[in-house]
Amino acid sequence: MQREAMEFDVVIVGAGPAGLSTACRLMQQANEAGTELTVCVVEKGSEVGAHILSGAVIEPRALNELFPDWKEQGAPLNTEVTEDQIFLLKNDQKGSKIPNFLVPKTMHNHGAGYKNYIASVGNLCRWLADQAEQLGVEVFAGFPASHIIYGDEGQVAGIGTGDMGLDEQGNQKDSYMPGMDLLAKYTIFSEGCRGHLGKELIARYQLDAGKDAQHYGLGIKELWDIPVREEDDPAKHQPGLVLHGAGWPLASKESDGSASGGFFLYHLEDNQVVVGLITDLNYDNPHLSPFDEFQRLKHHPVLAQYLKGGKRVSYGARAITKGGFNALPKMTMPGALLLGCDAGTLNFAKIKGTHTAMKSGMIAAETIFAALSASDQESSEGGKDLTAYTENFKNSWVYEELYRSRNFGPALHKYGTMVGGALNFIDQNIVSLPFTIHDNYPDYAQMKAVSECAPISYPKPDGVLSFDKPSSVFLSNTNHEENQLCHLKLTNSSIPLAQNLPKFNEPAQRYCPAGVYEVLEDEQGEKQFQINSQNCVHCKTCDIKDPAQNITWVTPEGGGGPNYPNM
Amino acid sequence: MKILVPVKRVIDYNVKVRVKADNSDVDLANVKMAMNPFCEIAVEEAVRLKEAGVATEVVVASIGDKACQEQIRTALALGADRGIQIETDTAPDALSAAKLLKAVVLEEQPQLVIMGKQSIDSDNNQTGQMLAALLDQPQATFASEVKVDGDKVQVTREIDGGLQTLELDMPAVITTDLRLNEPRYASLPNIMKAKRKPLDVKTPDDLGVVVSNNITLISVNPPAERQAGIKVESVTELVEKLKNEAKAI
Repeated sequence: MQREAMEFDVVIVGAGPAGLSTACRLMQQANEAGTELTVCVVEKGSEVGAHILSGAVIEPRALNELFPDWKEQGAPLNTEVTEDQIFLLKNDQKGSKIPNFLVPKTMHNHGAGYKNYIASVGNLCRWLADQAEQLGVEVFAGFPASHIIYGDEGQVAGIGTGDMGLDEQGNQKDSYMPGMDLLAKYTIFSEGCRGHLGKELIARYQLDAGKDAQHYGLGIKELWDIPVREEDDPAKHQPGLVLHGAGWPLASKESDGSASGGFFLYHLEDNQVVVGLITDLNYDNPHLSPFDEFQRLKHHPVLAQYLKGGKRVSYGARAITKGGFNALPKMTMPGALLLGCDAGTLNFAKIKGTHTAMKSGMIAAETIFAALSASDQESSEGGKDLTAYTENFKNSWVYEELYRSRNFGPALHKYGTMVGGALNFIDQNIVSLPFTIHDNYPDYAQMKAVSECAPISYPKPDGVLSFDKPSSVFLSNTNHEENQLCHLKLTNSSIPLAQNLPKFNEPAQRYCPAGVYEVLEDEQGEKQFQINSQNCVHCKTCDIKDPAQNITWVTPEGGGGPNYPNM
Repeated sequence: MKILVPVKRVIDYNVKVRVKADNSDVDLANVKMAMNPFCEIAVEEAVRLKEAGVATEVVVASIGDKACQEQIRTALALGADRGIQIETDTAPDALSAAKLLKAVVLEEQPQLVIMGKQSIDSDNNQTGQMLAALLDQPQATFASEVKVDGDKVQVTREIDGGLQTLELDMPAVITTDLRLNEPRYASLPNIMKAKRKPLDVKTPDDLGVVVSNNITLISVNPPAERQAGIKVESVTELVEKLKNEAKAI
């Protein structure tokens, strides 16, 4: 069977906030102008939202611009933030609330001029996809973009979807169906953090030339049903309450003081809370396990007071691009744009990326529509490097926001939570620092040898507040068709056992939040590196953190991966 | 020859089913839904019969609110020709579903109804049988092979301890088992084409059927959680525990 091809004006990879906002804005303009435009969105998840995982407190600024009547149209933003609480946890028992006036302004989620919502970004994407389809966009879920198609002049000419029905060795099964080539005048890459095609584009077009190294975090999140409590119980469910905090356990003695990050706990509607921990992936102790840090964190009284008596409903994990302004690559190249977290538009100072991702897509849509409707054939036929985007982006509030917070992450990385935090307070609340702090050391290169680091021991999960990995992955509804090619590729298959094991005790066993990587020993004492790719929740941490940069995440068969309900 | 394939929208088989906090039902809020796998096998079989030149038209019907159009479109993308949605607010019980489908059969006059043997949500395994009885047509359940020969159809059934082959006069009702075929994947162009295939919406009133639910759902409870195991020191202890604690021997 030969690969078929279809042509579109614009093909969008990834049905997240950036991709769907691009699609909606493109069609809005085309419908207003009365011109025909063909826009297609491909999504690797089994449905839109299946692979979306975010906190999330959402700032609706971009949504207000895209759909001013979103409330009437039923966008799932129902819980307005009513209270912010920020904690510095000292140890496993103590934690102090930071007075509001000492908190950097960007961390405020309500009050004068601020109106943010606690919501599920997965559900927001489901709603955006409905809007896109009503506007005339073709949305195809279950079709991963597996590779990029380049044109004769080296421009991006579209993408190819993955083949279905190949077995472990790559042979065709009865159900084999070849993928399709989707050709486009312009292709949008909005795969989210560390998209595997985005990674290829950044290397090929050297989009990161002259930029700081990108930085990442690993976010692990759970959704809980918490019990309805009595009125006078201070710890009762309080829709709109937002908790953030840092300190213990990541930055404590128990974890060798080797890591940084922060937790969140948001009270949603319907007696649900989301709780999560973001571990900065620049940690250096190979013994560290972000999953176990998160599990032990939930026992802290500040969090446990809400979770006790509750029931865990869902679990998931996803890497976060958090390098911000200094690490933001060039977002345009011939025939394509790189948007949202695929590029790194998240505002780390606000810990929010949905509004900036959406805006990056809306600006892209406006730039592309202008180019396609230009009277000269040269620009309307596509394949150009839309440098106008850079200019339009620069003139938007996203740029302003990202520039303003450029020091936030680097300050915390370089000077730690206390000094860095103080600098951020000055930078955001008092006077904008007249200099830029750079942090140019990539996350994967930070890891120290086992011999140089203190071991970290984690308490056993109690099955009430904390859990083991298998039961957690079970709740992510992750599934991959059994007999298929492994989608986690090792460039050199000997590195895990020959290098990573002696030097770092193969850290993949611990940084992977889904238990994909295991070092097994058979009866003869022979060691074996096993990849349980069926467990993979598509968080991309292995692709980021492997010290040898030896693991490449590629797309599995369509529809595989987690099925997050409302994450 | 026309084939009617009824399909049902159910919780996706990959999803861990969760019970609502008040035990009133299964939680369906924002849960991924899909076509019942046995229905998918039925669609595939009908489409294969069409591709083999045996059938001329494949009509898909589903009962439910607007959301079930998604599953009808999936069937259309797999190769069915047109769809009928029977609009109801709630999922009717098996008897009401069979009555609604009977009305569709009387209107459409298909030679064959091919449907899943059961849906993975309620696991009733009765709508097909009820439909055949209401229509007074022959039925062959749990089909693992279907061969049409003139106005007769030979169906191999999976039964306890072996296979049974029946010959039925058409029109007839067939329900599918797991090994009948392996459904194909829908291709992108076919998904696009499916959006333009005809899909009629009918109400029970249009079909002259009064939907009356005879079954009330009282409560749903999750299975008891498995307790952690223990290691026993000796065979005697094992026997003792099996006898006195587990009361298994």
